Amino acid sequence: MPTIKVNGKSYELKDVPLDTPLLWFLRDHLGMTGTKYGCGVSECGACTVHLNGLAVQSCVTTLEEVGESEVTTIEGLSKDGSHPVQKAWKELNVPQCGYCQVGQIMMAAAMLKSNGNPTDVQIETEMWNICRCGTYPRIREAVKAAAKEMSR
Amino acid sequence: MSASKHYPNALNENASASTDSPELVDIPSVSRRIFLATVSATSLVLMGKTMVGGGAALANAGLADPEQFAPDFFVSIAPDGTVTCLAHRSEMGTGIRTSLPRVVADELEADWAQVKIQQAIGDKRLGDQNTDGSNSIRFFFKRMRIAGATARTMLERAAAAKWGVPAAECYAENHQIKHKTNGKSIGFGELVESARKLDVPKESELQLKPRAKWRFIGKDVPITDLNDIVTGKAIFGIDARMDNQLFAVIARPPVVGGKVKTLDTSEAKKMVGVVDIVELPAFQGAPLFQQLGGVAVLANSTWAAWKGRDALKITWDDGENATYDSEAFAQQLKATAQKPGQVLRSVGDATGVISKSKNIVSADYSVPHLAHAPMETTCAVADVKTDTTGKATSCHVLAATQNPQAVQQAVGPALGMQQDDVLVNVTLLGSGFGRKSKPDYCVEAALLSRKMGRPVHVTWTREDDLKHDYYHAISAVHCEAAMNDAGLPSAWLQRAVYPTIGSTFVAGASTPAPWEAEMGLTDLPYDIPNLSLEVGEAKAHVRIGWLRSVCHIQQNFAVCSFADELAHHAKRDPFEFLLELLGKDRKLDMVAAKLANRDAPMDEYPYDIARLKNVLRRAAEKADWKRAKTLPKGRGLGIACSRSFLGYTGHVIEVEVTKDGKLSIPKVWISIDAGIIVSPDRVRAQIEGASIMATSQALFGKLSFKNGRAVESNFDSYVVAKMKDGPREINVDIVPSEAPPAGVGETGVASFAPALCNAIFAATGKRIRDLPLSGHDLSWA
Repeated sequence: MPTIKVNGKSYELKDVPLDTPLLWFLRDHLGMTGTKYGCGVSECGACTVHLNGLAVQSCVTTLEEVGESEVTTIEGLSKDGSHPVQKAWKELNVPQCGYCQVGQIMMAAAMLKSNGNPTDVQIETEMWNICRCGTYPRIREAVKAAAKEMSR
Repeated sequence: MSASKHYPNALNENASASTDSPELVDIPSVSRRIFLATVSATSLVLMGKTMVGGGAALANAGLADPEQFAPDFFVSIAPDGTVTCLAHRSEMGTGIRTSLPRVVADELEADWAQVKIQQAIGDKRLGDQNTDGSNSIRFFFKRMRIAGATARTMLERAAAAKWGVPAAECYAENHQIKHKTNGKSIGFGELVESARKLDVPKESELQLKPRAKWRFIGKDVPITDLNDIVTGKAIFGIDARMDNQLFAVIARPPVVGGKVKTLDTSEAKKMVGVVDIVELPAFQGAPLFQQLGGVAVLANSTWAAWKGRDALKITWDDGENATYDSEAFAQQLKATAQKPGQVLRSVGDATGVISKSKNIVSADYSVPHLAHAPMETTCAVADVKTDTTGKATSCHVLAATQNPQAVQQAVGPALGMQQDDVLVNVTLLGSGFGRKSKPDYCVEAALLSRKMGRPVHVTWTREDDLKHDYYHAISAVHCEAAMNDAGLPSAWLQRAVYPTIGSTFVAGASTPAPWEAEMGLTDLPYDIPNLSLEVGEAKAHVRIGWLRSVCHIQQNFAVCSFADELAHHAKRDPFEFLLELLGKDRKLDMVAAKLANRDAPMDEYPYDIARLKNVLRRAAEKADWKRAKTLPKGRGLGIACSRSFLGYTGHVIEVEVTKDGKLSIPKVWISIDAGIIVSPDRVRAQIEGASIMATSQALFGKLSFKNGRAVESNFDSYVVAKMKDGPREINVDIVPSEAPPAGVGETGVASFAPALCNAIFAATGKRIRDLPLSGHDLSWA
């Protein structure tokens, strides 16, 4: 039986079609509702998770495509919200409604792993997630604050 | 929102008819595990001892702990000292779930670390719960102070009795009652048992804290849900779960008022995970908050339901809106705006003066339909129990709703139940912008749950959200002015034409209502001797709803753009010209102008021109407006101001437009005067967010219709601002004020788009009168 590795645990796929997007498997089958649905077509980034450490949109990534890769969701990013990106988000009071913020945080965490000191333009290009509340100015500052913390 | 007065009271009571029920498919065992995250109703009860023996909704919700001291619906204290505040407004990103409890806690002299917040059920005894119209602080600031002061006064009296001293010698400080001179003190928790036996004091016996002693009001604190949000633990409507629930995705009629003509479920039934397929009846009469109708696929996961829906073969009877074409309609609106309309406010003889003038300026503005597109689509789960005849006997809804009472009012009649018997719990909302005060999606969940005999969770896909919204009205606004020799308008005529929100509530309503016109048209603040402010007829062909800032979107776009056009026509500095247009410091005569002022008392909430000029001046000063004249071509400053939702904003926006027409917004300055501010950082956040939302609308906002069907269906076609599109720096200036609290969330939107377009004119000489900007070539030579 095929399995999927999420946050260090393996889950057997029983009666779940392999063309199911990872997003709905996480949310509806594993009950991990931290990862959010926003568009279903990889336009908004709300469903961003890590696949072997890289940011991917779980709404367009099927279980088949995940295969043996390690999935990390917000539930696995840190135990208690202590990842530097989460800390920066809290420090700068980034969230308004909060719905897109998990995706934003997962995107930022992946970006900072490969680029520890992003410029404004790089942040604007890489952080393409949609936030309808309009928290962009604070996200930009929080990414910089997290980068600073992580480079220490 | 004034429209909240129009609640549905005649919803279709027909049972949802089943068609071609497929055989039940076993739910895979793995999916059963998901229900662990169930949000329990009893953890979200309505508190207060006065409710004992209350209505059915309370009985359903369970009663508060009898050990607690609960002198008021909004506050209770446990013997261990824990203070619980009831949050009865919905949290959709404004911070209200934190801000109102802060007011209670401040008056109570509570230690914030010992305050817990509970979300209320829908219950009309709590007062207005429609979290909409930038009303929360305005409506409940004083009410929350009274709740806190009531509890504090009773604790002081309980301590006084214990010590055998007059209550006047006792005072509250940081979760203790202290004696003024003898050094005694006692914790809140220790007084619970005796305080709960005291009579609740009348409001006249309470002494509210003087402003100098406020500890929380006006001071920042992180929102209560911050940690849950950044760790993914926060529960939104899409995350709400009930034991044994089914997931539903619905195929709705693509044209409003349409019906299913033929249905073939054979392929859908074969899909893995699909449990049943149920036809929902079309709504009757005006749309109200009724279900749109269509065909629901119920399955063991959202994705299975979605795939099942994709496999349905449906043909539709489109009904009378089948030919709706928004491009053609926009031209109709523009034509209507050229003809005399219904005059809602008239001063002097504007048409007479204009007809005789040799110096006339005129312009036409338009804004397309807009969609709310909240980040979380509309979602709800309902559990309806029935008797043996299929009649609904109880209903519990768990939903991302801005208005749990509207859910009761819509779901009750739909099920043939008393509305008060519908139990509604509110999750966090992944934003709302007005969409989630319209609970058609809750009705869908309830009808499906009744049919299925088990809880049903309805998820709207993004396509559903954009194709079946209560859209912001498409509009045309015509402006004309006669200019005098001094370069000022001696007459101003303005005519707004758009389908009314009233059409959603009264079939056939076709003229903008006075309360809609008052958002930027009839409340024109300029000191001009001749005015004619008019509206024209427009029939609605889709569901029209209120979207953050509502009619200010189109009406202030016109007013604030036209003022800038007149300034340039008169070769005047736009800022100086605006100040002169606003005229002397004075209060607008709202009685003469027949303005309702959002039903706010005119003495407490006058239309104060001095405050409007003040925010304008402050924004100009912060932006260093005098630079405007010296900026090179391709850079420009734009200015605008407005009073909306009783708050005042002045906007200055700086743009850069490259020669080939690429626009960027390096800086924005906004001054806001919204009276007393409870949470300054959340006000800043709202104004930052309003700037981004207004950027979305101005740059990209356009929802079009062809053959009655929405054309744009996801964020690839209905484009919204991303980080790269928004202003890079947003400077928010909050005016210190002693005035009563006014609006913030909606207020920040009104004068953004015109200030932006005024800046584009300053930079390029190109005047944008038809939004969005994405349809325009901004290049210059």
